[in-house]
Amino acid sequence: MDSHKLTALVVDDDRMVRIIHGKMLNSVGVKNQVVQNGKEAINVHLSGQTFDLILMDLDMPIMNGIEAIKELRSMGICSTIAGVSARSMESHIQEFMEAGLDEYLEKPLNISKLTSFIHKFYVTN
Amino acid sequence: MDVGQMQRQWLDYTRSLFIEGFLDNQFLQLQQLQDENNPEFVVEVVSLFFDDSERLLKDLNFALDQQGVDFKKVDAHVHQLKGSSSSIGAQRVKNACIAFRNFCEDQNVEACLRCLQQVKQEYCLVKNKLETLFRLEQQIVAAGGSIPMMELGF
Repeated sequence: MDSHKLTALVVDDDRMVRIIHGKMLNSVGVKNQVVQNGKEAINVHLSGQTFDLILMDLDMPIMNGIEAIKELRSMGICSTIAGVSARSMESHIQEFMEAGLDEYLEKPLNISKLTSFIHKFYVTN
Repeated sequence: MDVGQMQRQWLDYTRSLFIEGFLDNQFLQLQQLQDENNPEFVVEVVSLFFDDSERLLKDLNFALDQQGVDFKKVDAHVHQLKGSSSSIGAQRVKNACIAFRNFCEDQNVEACLRCLQQVKQEYCLVKNKLETLFRLEQQIVAAGGSIPMMELGF
């Protein structure tokens, strides 16, 4: 699938990160929305929207990344979910993977990490 | 000074910021995201960084000034500052935050206060450097030139 037809949801409590990751996705042709925490990510899906990709921050107030991923998976959401975090300790990554995510990406994201992630899950024409 | 000289000055200045470790590759990522649709993208994001950093440094002052220091709170603020600085490529600020977090773990107030001074110093330095860089960019654009593309090939 051409990356220009993909959609994404950016979930992060940091305003700068939402802007940067949103712009990075735009630059590779992925239409995207941004929300501030796990609860808003759930609400967006409850309103009927779905996305091909979700970039989910780990540490967020109200509802964190792990809780949100578990909830989305239990709702039957099959989107490709990447956990995005500054944490690099093995135990945390394990917790993240067990919650139901497809990939772990270490912050800060760059275009190269993003395109590798997209190409891994979506073959471009 | 003609546009060519200004552009060379900008390139030399930017290179020095990378060589001296003030900025890392993440800053280049931001520059690559800037285009005709968003010509002020880097300035906008860096301005957010300045706002966030100033708020967090105030919060850190307050948190470390308390009788019983809440190290979890201090660590949370430093974690945020580390994240912001890392997002824009402010490498020396990020590294100062990494050192700071180690002392939060040790719950060492004196060491944390020293770290805070170090972070403030690095923040002030990079803020001055970036403001100088943006002034150079404004001069180039005002003279009808464009900002060169920066590559880490040195």
